[in-house]
Amino acid sequence: MKKIIFTIISISLFLFFIILFDSLKINRVYNTEELVGKPIPSINLEYLNEDKYFNTSDLSKNQFTLINFFSSWCGPCRKEHKYLISLSEKNLKIVGINFKDKKQNANQFLNDLGNPYYLTLEDNTGKKSVDFGVYGIPETILINKNLLIIKKYIGPIDKKDMNEILRSSGIK
Amino acid sequence: MLSNLGNLFITLTLLSSFLLIYYSAVGLKKNGSLIPEKIFRISKTQCLFTILSFFILLVAYIFSDFSLINVYENSHTTKPLLYKISGVWGNHEGSLLLWIVILVIFSLLFLNLNKLADKKFRLFTLIFQNILISGFLIFLITNSNPFSKLYPVPNEGMGLNPILQDPALAIHPPLLYLGFVGSSIYFSAALASLITKYNGSNFAKTIKFWVLTSWFFQTIGILAGSIWAYYELGWGGYWFWDPVENSSLMPWFLMTALIHSILILEKKNDIYLWVIILSILTFTMSVTGTFLVRSGILNSVHTFANDPSRGLYILIFLSIMIFSSLYIFYKYAPSKKSNFQFLSKEFFILINNWFMIFFLIVVLIGTLYPIVLEVISEQKISVGPPYYVIVMAPFLIPFLYFVSRGPQAQWFSAQSNNKKKNFLVLFFSVVIILVFFYFTKVKDVLINLILIFSIYLILQTILDFFRNIKKNYFNLSRIISHLAFGFLIFFISINSIFSTEYDLNLKNGEKIKLDNYEIELKDLNILNEKNYKKIVGNVIIRDQKKDTFEFLEPEIRVYNMPETVTYEASIKSNLFFDTYVTMSNLSGSEFYNLKFQRKPFMILIWLSIIFIGVGGFLRLLPMRQKK
Repeated sequence: MKKIIFTIISISLFLFFIILFDSLKINRVYNTEELVGKPIPSINLEYLNEDKYFNTSDLSKNQFTLINFFSSWCGPCRKEHKYLISLSEKNLKIVGINFKDKKQNANQFLNDLGNPYYLTLEDNTGKKSVDFGVYGIPETILINKNLLIIKKYIGPIDKKDMNEILRSSGIK
Repeated sequence: MLSNLGNLFITLTLLSSFLLIYYSAVGLKKNGSLIPEKIFRISKTQCLFTILSFFILLVAYIFSDFSLINVYENSHTTKPLLYKISGVWGNHEGSLLLWIVILVIFSLLFLNLNKLADKKFRLFTLIFQNILISGFLIFLITNSNPFSKLYPVPNEGMGLNPILQDPALAIHPPLLYLGFVGSSIYFSAALASLITKYNGSNFAKTIKFWVLTSWFFQTIGILAGSIWAYYELGWGGYWFWDPVENSSLMPWFLMTALIHSILILEKKNDIYLWVIILSILTFTMSVTGTFLVRSGILNSVHTFANDPSRGLYILIFLSIMIFSSLYIFYKYAPSKKSNFQFLSKEFFILINNWFMIFFLIVVLIGTLYPIVLEVISEQKISVGPPYYVIVMAPFLIPFLYFVSRGPQAQWFSAQSNNKKKNFLVLFFSVVIILVFFYFTKVKDVLINLILIFSIYLILQTILDFFRNIKKNYFNLSRIISHLAFGFLIFFISINSIFSTEYDLNLKNGEKIKLDNYEIELKDLNILNEKNYKKIVGNVIIRDQKKDTFEFLEPEIRVYNMPETVTYEASIKSNLFFDTYVTMSNLSGSEFYNLKFQRKPFMILIWLSIIFIGVGGFLRLLPMRQKK
C-alpha cells in the first residue's frame, strides 16, 4: 500500500515537473516581428477630417503601401517625418494612422511639418492599432498589393530604413 | 579588484561547504557524543567568507563601482544612499547572494544553538543544509554571478527601477528571505530526524525556535510588501492575489500550520510524520516560489528578468530536492498510528492544519493553473481575486469558529464545560452584527456571517485572557495573535464593504461635485529632486456633509535613470479612514486623471497584522509562561 501511494505521488510529481519544464520554453516577450509575411487585418478606420470610413482591404489597389502610425504628441514621430515626406515625393503611397490624438493637434502637426499621407485616418482610442500589432508609436508597416506585410519598423525610421523601403517597393 | 575578491570569497564559501559535508560524514562514523571542534571552526570561517563577499558587493554599490555588471545594471551615482544599499538585493544576482548569506548564518546558528541535541542528528542536519548551500552557490557562480566583470568600465550605471526605490521595499526582500530561508533549517532537520530516527518531541523542541523565527519574518515581510503595493502601485489595494504575492503566502500557510502542530508533537509526541511532511513542504514551497519568481514564467511586478536558464537550474534543483526527500521519507518514515480524542485540543489544532492546507491548495491551484493551461492548450488566462474570494471566504466562517474553540479545549481529553458560555458569546456576536446591520443595511449574508464569527473570535479570545488571569497561566502569545487575527478579518471585511472609489478627469483649476464630496485640482507645481522631476497636484477634498477639508498632494514622478514615470499616491490616514488620491496625466490633453478613494480601517488592518506577528515574536523571548 505504502509503495503504491509513493509511486502515484512520484509519477504525478514527475508529470508536473515536465509541465514546468515545458513552460520554461514558452517565449514570453511580445514580439511583432513574426507578423512579417502575414496579411494586415481588414479594419474600418475613420478619416481624420471627414465622417467617412475607409476599409484597409481597399489598399490592395496600390502596388505598395506604407502605413505609418503617428501622433502629434510623439517626439520620435517628428524626427522621422522628413523621411516620410521624401518617400511621398518619390510617389510611394503612404497612409497615416493618427494614434490616440486630438484632431486639431494632428492637423496642426501636419500643417507645420508637411503632409506625406495620401490618406489620413484616425484611431483615437488606439485600439484598432493594436490589431495591426502596434504597441507603441511610431511604427511603420510596408505592405504589397496582396496586403501582406513585407517590412515592419518599430520606432522612428531613419535614412537607412528609408532606402530599404524604396528598394523593397521597387522604386529604387 | 572587487570582482576578484568577491569571486574568491564565494569560492571559499563553497569549499567550506564541501569540507563541512566531508567532515560531518567522517564525524558520523566516529564514536563519542561530541562534534569535532574542526567542524565548528570551518562553519565559522564559512560564515565569515560569505559575509565578506556580501560586504564587497555592498561596497561596490555604495561607491558605484561600475566594473561589476551587476552594479552597472542596477545602480546609478545620483541614487540616494539607502537605495544604493537596497539595490544590492533589488536584483536577481544580489538577492541570491543575500539568500546564501542567510542560509550560511542559519546553518552556523543551528550548529551552535542546539548543543544539547543528539550529535548524529546535528551532523546530518549540517550535511543537508550544506548540500542546499552548495546547490545555491553553484547556481550563483555558474549562472548568476554578481561579481561578473564589465570592460570597458562605464562612467554611469543604468539605475534602479524607481518603483523599487521605496523604504518599505528596501526591507521587504531581506525580511521575506529570513522567512523563506529560515525554513531551510527545519527542512534539513526533518530529513536528518528521519534518517537518525530522532525522538519526535526533541525534534519539535529543536525546530520550534526556527519555525517561529521564520514565521515571524515571513509575516512582517509580507506586510512590508503589502504596504508598499498600497502606497506605490496606486491601485488602492493592498493584496492583489498576484502569483508572486501568492508564492510568499503559500509557505506562510504551512508555517502557520507547523507552529500549531509542533505543539502536539512537543507535548504528546504524536503526529510526528505530519510535522515532518510540513517541515519538508515549507521549504519546498519557498523554493517553488523562488522558481516562479526568478524563471520569468510569471508576469508580475516582481519578475526579475526573463532568463529561462535560471528557471531551468532552479527547477532541476527543486526536483532533486523533492525526489530525494520523497525517497528519504519513503525509506525511513516509521509507521505509527495516532490516537486522537474527539474535541480535544489536538483535534482543534489538526483542524487548523487542514484549513491551512485547504487555503494552500486553493492558492496553489490559482497560481499554477494558468501556467499548466498555457502549456497544455496555449491559452493565456489569469486567475483574479474573485476566484480566491469566492472559494476561500465561506470557509473563513467555520475556520474562525474553530480558532475560537481551540484554546478552550483540554489536552488529551474532550472535556468542555463552556457550552452555555459559548452560546452566550455567539448570541452577543449576533446581536452586535444585527445592530450594525440596522445602521448599515449590508445585505450580503456571507459578509455578515464572517463579521459575526470574527466578533465571536474576538470575544472568546478576550474571555480566554480572563480565564488565563484566573489560572495564573499566561499564553499571551496565543491571545495576542488570535485576537489580532479576529480583528484582521473584521477590518478587512468592513474595508471591503465600505471602500468607495471615484475616477475623474480634471483640468488644472477645475472642481467637480460627487455625492458628498467636492474635489478640486487647485494647481500644479513642478519640482526638481536629486534623481527625478515631479509634478505635484494640489488637490482639495471637501466633505460637504461634515464641512471639512483635506489637502492632498499626489505626484507624478519622472525619473531620469532609467527614464521611468511613477505615480505616487497621496494618502491621508487616520485610525478610521484613509483618503487616497492618485494622479496621472492623460497623454495629449490638458486633463489629469484623478482616482479618489475612501478606505476604512487601513491603519487598523496593518496594525492587526503587526500584532499577529508580535504574538509569535513573544514566544521567541526567553520569558517562559508560568505554570
